[in-house]
Amino acid sequence: MQDKLQASYKQLEMKSKYTNMFLRWFLYFALILFALYFIFPLYVMVVTSLKTMEEIRQGTLLTWPSGLNFDSWAVAWGGRGYGAGDTFLRPYFWNSFKMVIPAVFFSTFIGAMTGYVLTKWRFKGDQWVFLFLLFGCFIPFQAILLPMARTLGVLGISNSIIGLVLVHTVYGIPFTTLFFRNYYISVPTELVKAARIDGAGFFKIFFKILLPISAPIIVVTVIWQFTQIWNDFLFGSTFSFGKAAPIQVALNNMVLSSTSVKEYNVDMASAIIAGIPTLIVYVLAGKYFIRGLTSGAVKG
Amino acid sequence: MLKWLEKNLPKIVMAPAVGLIGWFVYGFVLWTLYISFTNSKILPKYELWGVGQYVKLWGSRKWLIAVDNLLIFTALFLIFCVVIGIILAIFLDQKIRAEGVLRTIYLYPMALSFIVTGTAWKWILNPTLGIQKMFIDWGFENFTFDWLVNREMAIYTIVIAGVWQSAGFVMALFLAGLRSVEDEIVKAAKIDGANLFTVYWKILLPMMRPVFFTSFVILVHISIKSYDLIVALTQGGPGISTTMPALYMTQTAFHKSQVGLSAASAIMMFMAVAAVIIPYLYSELRRENAR
Repeated sequence: MQDKLQASYKQLEMKSKYTNMFLRWFLYFALILFALYFIFPLYVMVVTSLKTMEEIRQGTLLTWPSGLNFDSWAVAWGGRGYGAGDTFLRPYFWNSFKMVIPAVFFSTFIGAMTGYVLTKWRFKGDQWVFLFLLFGCFIPFQAILLPMARTLGVLGISNSIIGLVLVHTVYGIPFTTLFFRNYYISVPTELVKAARIDGAGFFKIFFKILLPISAPIIVVTVIWQFTQIWNDFLFGSTFSFGKAAPIQVALNNMVLSSTSVKEYNVDMASAIIAGIPTLIVYVLAGKYFIRGLTSGAVKG
Repeated sequence: MLKWLEKNLPKIVMAPAVGLIGWFVYGFVLWTLYISFTNSKILPKYELWGVGQYVKLWGSRKWLIAVDNLLIFTALFLIFCVVIGIILAIFLDQKIRAEGVLRTIYLYPMALSFIVTGTAWKWILNPTLGIQKMFIDWGFENFTFDWLVNREMAIYTIVIAGVWQSAGFVMALFLAGLRSVEDEIVKAAKIDGANLFTVYWKILLPMMRPVFFTSFVILVHISIKSYDLIVALTQGGPGISTTMPALYMTQTAFHKSQVGLSAASAIMMFMAVAAVIIPYLYSELRRENAR
């Protein structure tokens, strides 16, 4: 029976070989067309950043630059050096790192612990606790903006990087908990039970049994949190201004507050600089990035 | 004492997360709800004032424009993202060479912030030097593409940029869904004489119902929260023609100093999201319990 099926399937495949060939050409053509559509803005950003303003006015969006001219990158990164009013990205780029690193660390750690308890130390009503936390993934942040502004003010950390670290840590917890919980739920509980009988305690089980096998989910979580926090604009623009602003806010200010002439080449160089860290992470670890995106959505 | 500590250690470890979320999410939403019932201007006041802010909100032309824009944006954003996402997923599912590279290209916008991509689109769409000029230089002398500065059309530029950014995400969801279907099902259908189109249209896509549902929830959620993209692309302009609720909320609070009114708009957004999310979470949890 199995062989017969296989054979008829083979036959069918042969018959449709020619239709298939045409279809495949069409398929590749369409896929490449889509790829060009997705690449187009990135291409325009890169070539524009390498042109002079004169070249920009002369040519079109697609025109190749006359040479590798990184002047606008230098201006975007380090300014023109005329003091007041000279805005450039360097300090804000480091601000973003100072904000992202602790926020990613704390939210990941808290999420790992919470996910561990929710799956391996289950208690009555833990499902509800999970739901309680999960809902935090979805709230529109506008609904917490005003109280948060007030709270940061009372704590004396408004317009500071510490304030932004707190905000991003807190609102990252629902996501990190979701990731770790969904990962740990597939780890056999017998392992934990056996360790418990052997007298291992709460922390020992976590550090000796779960943590060593957590590398993939830690990578997913760290990448997710890094991308989210690096790319955040709402919190950054609401809770910080001036010197404490993260890079996305600085980029937006730079693009909006251009002085007399609009310098698109500098704008594009700035945008690339603001996007490069997450883009690098994406290219190096795209697999984990996608897993983060789709987890929680397509649950196993 | 030590015994008690040991017994309750898991709960103690959970406490920070539950406490933080309880306070910063639920507590703050309630706080915002309270502010929305007061007549707060620059600073929150705490005497109750009734539903005046909501009456004011729904009588405000700007808010009505924002809601209108949200509906237009959400509808188009959903349709285009889902259609493009499904097409890409199905095409990529045909044992394509260089699938990894193509997938990486389709999805990279998700790694960038809306401020970065909005800046790029603003440059591409600007009438003087962008796409319009490109076509004119190519010989289409009467070509006009001024949507970005056109009151009627500016909202559609936000759709263009939004779809470009998020279509790859829908693709990833559907691709994961299609890959989880057993090969045997497709083979059996083919032997029964179904062509590829029928296989997808009659068998596979109907099986993707949960993926449709998930995409719907996530995309609606993204569109209700859209803020960064509008700030980067149009700042709500020309005039107030591309205002959306999220932008309305921050502008009303931080530029117009109408904190009470702003809180009312935030609560409306919250309710819209909750109306979509609560049924979703409920069904997800039921599905998980059923397993």
